[in-house]
Amino acid sequence: MVFRIEVSSRSGKDEPTITAAAHRLGIHSLHSCRKSRLYFLTNHPEKALGSDEIDKLCAFLLVDPVTETARVTVENRPQSPAVAAQPSCDSPDHVVEVALRPGVTDVAARELERGAEELGIHRLEAATATQFRLTGKLSRAELHSLARGLLCNDTIERYNLGAIEPIFGHSSESSDLVEQVSLTGLGEEELLECSRQRSLSLDAREMKEIQSFYDEIGRDPTDVELETLAQTWSEHCVHKTFKSTISLTQRSTGGELLPTQEIQGLLRTFIMAATEKVNRPWVRSAFVDDAGIIEFDDQFDLAFKVETHNHPSALEPFGGANTGIGGVVRDIIAVSARPIACTDVLCFGPQDLPPGELPAGVLHPARVEEGVVAGIGDYGNKLGLPTVNGAVIYDSGYLGNPLVFCGAVGLLPKDAHPTEPQPGDRIVVLGGRTGRDGIHGATFSSAELTQATHMESGSAVQIGDPITEKGLIELVEAARDARLYNAITDCGAGGLSSAVGEMGEKLGADIELKDVPLKYPGLTPWEIWLSEAQERMVLAVPEANLPRLQELAELWDVEMRDLGSFSRDGWLRVRYGGRAVAELPMAFLHDGLPLPHRTADYNAHQPQQPSLQTALNREHAPPRAKEILLQMLGHPTVASKERIVRTYDHEVRGGTLIRPFVGPHMDGPADAAVLKPIGTWNNDRAFALSVGINPLLGKRDHYAMAVSAVDEAFRNAVAVGADPDRIALLDNFCWGNPTLPDRLGALVMTCQGCHDAAVAYNAPFISGKDSLYNEFDGQPIPGTLLISAIGIVPDMHSLCTSHLKEPGNLLYLLGETQDDLGGSLLGSLLGWKGGDPPKMPEAPLKRYRALHTAIRAGLVQSCHDLSEGGLAVALAEMCLGGRLGASVDIFAAFGNDLTHAFVPLFSESNGRLLLEVAPEDLIRFEEALAGLPFAPLGTVTQTKMLTVQQDGQQLFELPLDEIEVAWKGSAAQ
Amino acid sequence: MGLPVLIIHATGTNRDAEAARACELAGASPHIVHVNQLRAGTRQFSDFAMLVLPGGFSYGDALGAGVRQALDIHVFFHDELTNFIESGKPVLGICNGFQTLVKAGLLPGPTCADRHRDEEAPSTERRAVTLTHNKQNRFECRWVYLAVEQGAKADCLAQVEGLVFCPVAHGEGNFQVSNEKTLRQLESEGLVAFRYVDADGLPAGGRYPLNPNGSAGDIAGICNRAGNVIGLMPHPEDHVVPIQNPLGGNEGLGLSLFRAMIEFASS
Repeated sequence: MVFRIEVSSRSGKDEPTITAAAHRLGIHSLHSCRKSRLYFLTNHPEKALGSDEIDKLCAFLLVDPVTETARVTVENRPQSPAVAAQPSCDSPDHVVEVALRPGVTDVAARELERGAEELGIHRLEAATATQFRLTGKLSRAELHSLARGLLCNDTIERYNLGAIEPIFGHSSESSDLVEQVSLTGLGEEELLECSRQRSLSLDAREMKEIQSFYDEIGRDPTDVELETLAQTWSEHCVHKTFKSTISLTQRSTGGELLPTQEIQGLLRTFIMAATEKVNRPWVRSAFVDDAGIIEFDDQFDLAFKVETHNHPSALEPFGGANTGIGGVVRDIIAVSARPIACTDVLCFGPQDLPPGELPAGVLHPARVEEGVVAGIGDYGNKLGLPTVNGAVIYDSGYLGNPLVFCGAVGLLPKDAHPTEPQPGDRIVVLGGRTGRDGIHGATFSSAELTQATHMESGSAVQIGDPITEKGLIELVEAARDARLYNAITDCGAGGLSSAVGEMGEKLGADIELKDVPLKYPGLTPWEIWLSEAQERMVLAVPEANLPRLQELAELWDVEMRDLGSFSRDGWLRVRYGGRAVAELPMAFLHDGLPLPHRTADYNAHQPQQPSLQTALNREHAPPRAKEILLQMLGHPTVASKERIVRTYDHEVRGGTLIRPFVGPHMDGPADAAVLKPIGTWNNDRAFALSVGINPLLGKRDHYAMAVSAVDEAFRNAVAVGADPDRIALLDNFCWGNPTLPDRLGALVMTCQGCHDAAVAYNAPFISGKDSLYNEFDGQPIPGTLLISAIGIVPDMHSLCTSHLKEPGNLLYLLGETQDDLGGSLLGSLLGWKGGDPPKMPEAPLKRYRALHTAIRAGLVQSCHDLSEGGLAVALAEMCLGGRLGASVDIFAAFGNDLTHAFVPLFSESNGRLLLEVAPEDLIRFEEALAGLPFAPLGTVTQTKMLTVQQDGQQLFELPLDEIEVAWKGSAAQ
Repeated sequence: MGLPVLIIHATGTNRDAEAARACELAGASPHIVHVNQLRAGTRQFSDFAMLVLPGGFSYGDALGAGVRQALDIHVFFHDELTNFIESGKPVLGICNGFQTLVKAGLLPGPTCADRHRDEEAPSTERRAVTLTHNKQNRFECRWVYLAVEQGAKADCLAQVEGLVFCPVAHGEGNFQVSNEKTLRQLESEGLVAFRYVDADGLPAGGRYPLNPNGSAGDIAGICNRAGNVIGLMPHPEDHVVPIQNPLGGNEGLGLSLFRAMIEFASS
């Protein structure tokens, strides 16, 4: 017997967002939509559920007596309402019901089962669904497209027009099937076909290497072995592009062919080389562990990691972003740190894309954004981590392949992170159960997206379970403090196969898969071994410590299982019920991969472009500075992100000192976040988090994009009070298919820029990640580099924020402004491709050190960096944040050298910041910046107006409320 | 040694460390104790002089905010907690802790008549107030001003000087009542503890974002009839030192609420 409980709002609350979205899809006849929750309950046949028990479940767990009503029916007998039944008050024209597909984590059903257990209702099985009640005259075709386009995501959900059949828990047959895969005698095409069929993402050379290995040892590989090799050798796990030798052919700006260069690995040549050259003593760990680690104070270190979760987010935005945060937080747990903050940087297609222009197989960018933002908020908020810093970029290049960068920071006591597993240590898995979810995530993210991916790769996408991960955070912290383990890693891409394979690389490991706790029966050995089910950590634990660890696991409600041990013979042995299902030498697994040799092309030559003046003259009505500024402020990439950021908790842990929004109305944009970790309030140190990203510039010049991203992240951190000699960087590359020479050439130039900037700023890279194959139907995304910075703020009492503070104060511009409009926002708005891209500023570190000294001495009242839209946008943002005006004359700063007023207003030269100085501090301020390029611009005014002049001639006047409407989308309260 | 304060950690609780810091700064000795330790009896309610149910997402709030933790209370701690409350010791529920107390029927708590009428009926069924989804239908994090309600049954709140300025961070903080009569009754009985106001202390009047979630009567927090159980949605524990104040200045510290309750517990 199955009970079906419909829980609806008493007030009959409408879902206007669904109606509006339906109208955007072109389904105008939908009048209203109401949502109800559905619960399906059944239990063991021996003891049927009684109406008392249903009553109890409703009262305690399912129905809010103030706001909701319930309607209970018994399956197959809808005409005989059971207890507490109330007739439904509205009569919808149509009903669509949506449920998760079998195997997708259903946290509500699980909590319901656990709650029932507490109430003494044993062995209850629960399933959940959502009911949409629609009014309006809709055709069947419209209902299907509404369901597919809005109400249900096919990747993880199923729907029915009308009542849905519940599926409880498990459905598949148990199996210990292990397949032998014969590779003997297969030719290149057949090998490739085998790779394709099994979604291994291995190329012909790699398949041949595997073939000859098995020829040598004289047997066929098992499916477990093949899958293990494919995961371990995937781009996602081994980053072969960044390690491979590259032949680069370049054409100079003048168009001449330069001699071919050989690059012995991008990572070594550019990224790690910079870290070595910079050689900062406060770097604790760079590129070795799951996260980079720097020193915080005498007692603690800080760990920082940024990951991407692009392909999963393209298919299932909520789950993809949700598990993206979950994954990067586990990277922090995997360096024995307590996670303390999150960051997110998102790149989406245009939100106003007409539905008719949406390519097949792609979710609408508005739906992607909504899901991604909700997914990030859900996971970060539930873990109790403040999400404090980020950016959102909109560009049509991200339509089929959005980017979701998730970052996490952690705090760990000095020398608290053990990294040496010992022979004999038990292999212990902690956390969530293993299911069929996430299988092939690593190989899937190492392939391009196509129209069909949506249908084929459902199993690669998962929904997160933050509360299980929260338990892991607590448990690992307690285990670390009790020194119970010798090594720790997370189950990320490749699942147990990569966690155990990596941890046991130098030892060998012997593991029993039958002991892995499963969500449901029926998984074959290779599925258990490869599953990327979330919220799991693997630890190397001395046998003597197992009882103590078990006790802690029980206290924190985390499941723990001993799966085997590390050996010393250098072999990976995987068993199922004692029988070996994989036996591989670690040496072949980790060193057998033939690194590819790749070729790259880069053409720096640009066709002749008209000058700015010529381009403007061609316009029918040349745009004026004020109109352009308003257009920039309203550009989705520049405009306020408050609607997104407010859905993230940025206050939890009580250490957020500079928030995403600043100023008296708490709505001006902050340059960076500043955090004070709980547990360190005995000193005045804090740290800053900032980002630099500019894919628009990358479309013009990749080297300049890299230099500018480093400068932007760096100057943002300095702007809030970070010490420029204590800033570490993370690099995240999202790129197209690296086997195509043009994509790879651009990537090489970007890495070169990263290297040169890091060396110039004396800032080490401590961690990074590349996500390649970001293409949709053969079109690459704009090559995107994200630089994230973490900087130590020596004194939390001398911070600086971006909003104007006091009328009468003086405004200064630090840094040289050049004619750097190439790849600028202005260029993009005008459709003009000319101009030079921004360069590396002259002696950048010198100016940032001087600025830092001035900030610490309290000589700077406000400070804001100049980025997209240049001086004009920065001024407008400072005025808005402070609800004050400014009166500036750009002549003082620039003279008349620059050809057009648009250059000083909108140029995006690097190394520049706007500073507010109190008149009484003027002399000391000028002394602090002596010898540096800086110039007075004007004053802060009481009048709520931004006035810009050039040599006494007014260029424009812009009232604050116009700035507000443009930037915030509407005037505030 | 200060006053021993019990801070309960259920799976998914996450603002326990800040609540502990607030108690410490207010002069007490906080102890974060896992529900499992209380269930096992290794720690007991009666060892403590005050109880804090901190913020977070207990059990993921998968069945609604605070619902599963309220069930824990009903099933495992009903008698202990009832004794604790009836002995007059202070209880503070913040955010998820407030949601839990409301859904467990402990806030505003049964009337005397209720208690004698039907001991067996789950108190949740009689519930006339709730915390439901924000009117904006999304989680929101922003700073708000709170005013202590004049004449609130929780006398200790009189010690809180001026307005409290602190953040909200929740998706289900919309305080709602079954009907207008319930609201009037809460007001007339002195069960309203905090209301959302503007920077000058004037009623938010339902205006977003001063009233950040659409709560009836701008109610941000309530208390029980004895005045010793207090719950509120905003986070006073996130504003315990002036440097946390996004507007600068020394005013509006949430610490004053902890001081008031700890002083009350000591007396």
